[in-house]
Amino acid sequence: MSEHDAYRTEIRNWIETNCPAEMRTPQRGDEDVCWGGRNFVFQSDAQKLWLDRCAQDGLTVPDWSKEYGGAGLSAAETKIFRQEMARAKARSPLNSFGIWMLGPALLKFGSEEQKRHYLPQIACGEIRWCQGYSEPGSGSDLVSMQTYGEDKGDHWVVNGQKIWTSYADKADWIFCLVRTDKTNKYQGISFLLFDMTTPGVSTKPIKLISGNSPFCETFFDDVVVPKHQIVGELNRGWDVAKYLLGHEREMISGMGGDGGVTSIGAAMKAVLADEPVLRAQMALFDVDNLTFRAHGERFMDEWKTGRAHPAYSNLMKYVGTELNKRRHELVMATGGSSALEWDSEASAGGSKARNWLRTKANSIEGGTSEVMLNVVSKRILEMPGA
Amino acid sequence: MAMTLNDDQNMLRDSARDFMVSEAPVAHFRKYRDMECKDGFAHGLWKQFGEMGFTGILIPEDQGGLGLGHIEAGIVLEEIGRNLSPSPFLSTSVAAVEALKLADKAMRDRWFPGIISGETVIGLALDEGPKHRPEKTACVAERSGNGFKLSGHKQFVVQGASSDMLIVIARTAGSAGEQDGLTVFAVETDADGLSTEAARLVDSSMGAHVKFDGVEVTADAVIGDVDGGWSVLSKMLNAGRVGAAAEMVGVGTGAMDITFDYLKTRKQFDRVIGEFQALQHRAAHLYGEMEGARSIVLKAQSMLDEGHDKAELYVSAAKAKAGIACNLSVREGVQMHGGIGMTDEYDIGLYMKRDRALAEFMGDVNYHADRVATMNGY
Repeated sequence: MSEHDAYRTEIRNWIETNCPAEMRTPQRGDEDVCWGGRNFVFQSDAQKLWLDRCAQDGLTVPDWSKEYGGAGLSAAETKIFRQEMARAKARSPLNSFGIWMLGPALLKFGSEEQKRHYLPQIACGEIRWCQGYSEPGSGSDLVSMQTYGEDKGDHWVVNGQKIWTSYADKADWIFCLVRTDKTNKYQGISFLLFDMTTPGVSTKPIKLISGNSPFCETFFDDVVVPKHQIVGELNRGWDVAKYLLGHEREMISGMGGDGGVTSIGAAMKAVLADEPVLRAQMALFDVDNLTFRAHGERFMDEWKTGRAHPAYSNLMKYVGTELNKRRHELVMATGGSSALEWDSEASAGGSKARNWLRTKANSIEGGTSEVMLNVVSKRILEMPGA
Repeated sequence: MAMTLNDDQNMLRDSARDFMVSEAPVAHFRKYRDMECKDGFAHGLWKQFGEMGFTGILIPEDQGGLGLGHIEAGIVLEEIGRNLSPSPFLSTSVAAVEALKLADKAMRDRWFPGIISGETVIGLALDEGPKHRPEKTACVAERSGNGFKLSGHKQFVVQGASSDMLIVIARTAGSAGEQDGLTVFAVETDADGLSTEAARLVDSSMGAHVKFDGVEVTADAVIGDVDGGWSVLSKMLNAGRVGAAAEMVGVGTGAMDITFDYLKTRKQFDRVIGEFQALQHRAAHLYGEMEGARSIVLKAQSMLDEGHDKAELYVSAAKAKAGIACNLSVREGVQMHGGIGMTDEYDIGLYMKRDRALAEFMGDVNYHADRVATMNGY
């Protein structure tokens, strides 16, 4: 216990010393998020300084080992680090699909050479990654994907199309599911990494109902990918993808606004005082929000000690995303007609309305709620049938 | 604190589970129900609770108990809930004990030994109307000589007619609706002017109406401070509420397990009905609700044990969430059983009735959601 107390004091002091004051103010929107990458334009010197200082000490990826750019923290220390970051209201130094998704996949399936090459680039925010999974004809039924890599000896030539590629137009590299055997549905897919500047790669942003374009269509036209850029074994990319989807579900399940237990009702007290039915809905939401935070904490503690069911992240993804959609319905209802404004200054460019619309994708991306319920019922509850 | 049970807690759970399954399963409940037991529980079983050490779980070690916390009390309560085991455990060993811990030594010495041995039963004289509203207490305790004279009426006093003593909330100052001016009394049930009328409840547990017709008690009967009973009451309510929530996690999980087993065996249209996606999705959703309830209850228990300043918020969230999830479980349980779920022969309906009674105990979902809103600042 005292060892943990000592670490808490140490990291608290570290944050106090190193986190610029500007990085301890709430993020106003996605433009305040640091994504890193070759083409990233820092919003301020403080944003760059905060990233550099964290990366220097391995704290963008605290639980990775030091040789891969992490800080080598234990699970307990990582939890303390996150608590202290939240306590100091420090912004995340780096958001990254590399940290959340590719990193864990490389740590489990990558060669030592790949780990030493790619992980430090992810940790310091040098390379920004995107994910090539879904295709126009392959959503929930992802394994039906058709993008094909033709074997040309020391490389593949990749042709096809991906969709819902998050920030493909801003990413430097892609981790991508590519069919390398047309005769085997599940064991005919490989997990490839390649540079988005490779000739033949093009992207086209998709405009969403929120008016924003976080996703792209990504096209591959005779894209050459060297053979050493495969993660895991040939034709066993589905294993990597499944593992990674588990991580994605964990990540999405952690969403829900501020990531904490703070009620959105207090700021809306005046509105709620005149709206007893809305207040009641808000109260029931708060009950579920506190529940979900406790549930997430319990899940993580069980996960780390190996006691959680391997399919449990599917349940968390379902509960967390449905809760987040409910939260934003309440934000809109309490905001009333003011929340309808789409581009006024007072509405911060329609942030409430746009965020509300954005959340509708929560229960679709990374596996729909319906697919999550299928998985929970079959794998955890062991209900019969196909 | 990690949100997982430690080795000692897992051992306690195993022994509580084995005990309830062998000594107080649903068949035990049915037996006493069918003989129209006037107490609603078996005194022999209560003594066995004592032999197991459950009765003194929250009583400090230097006073003869186990000196454990709300997590441990909740472990026992969950197994009680799962087996519908009828006992005075929640009122006596959880809620009343928490109040008595704030009493002076003479009173603790008077009551703790009997509780620990499983001989004493204590009732909680709280509610005065059909809904739980402790601050609206109107039952009066007037000063009279060296002591007080109690007048008023209480209802939903669980096992009130079988109790040796009642913890009574009465008003010594102020008016109904105020937290200040309440005082907590320990009143022996053989006091002059005290009358009880047992009332069998929907779940076959025994509630009671209690009348105080100028019941005289000495100043020694006061627990805590005169007019300042709210703090004693809060401690007792926190324990009772999170305890009831833990029991509901047991009731809801028990009902869910029975229902899932049924989905895996009942055939219609030449298929096991658990193959139907319409039922699978509802089953998975229910599982998520129960898992959430289990989590928030554990969180609230650990915060109470730590003396966290936000514990009360989590206690209300836990009672509300356990109420939502347990209620969903028993409703889905009866529906998914179909016609057979409406029969007395099947256990699922017994779980539905138990849920209804626990829902009202110390505040229902609506009451506690409202408290969450208030404590969250709106």
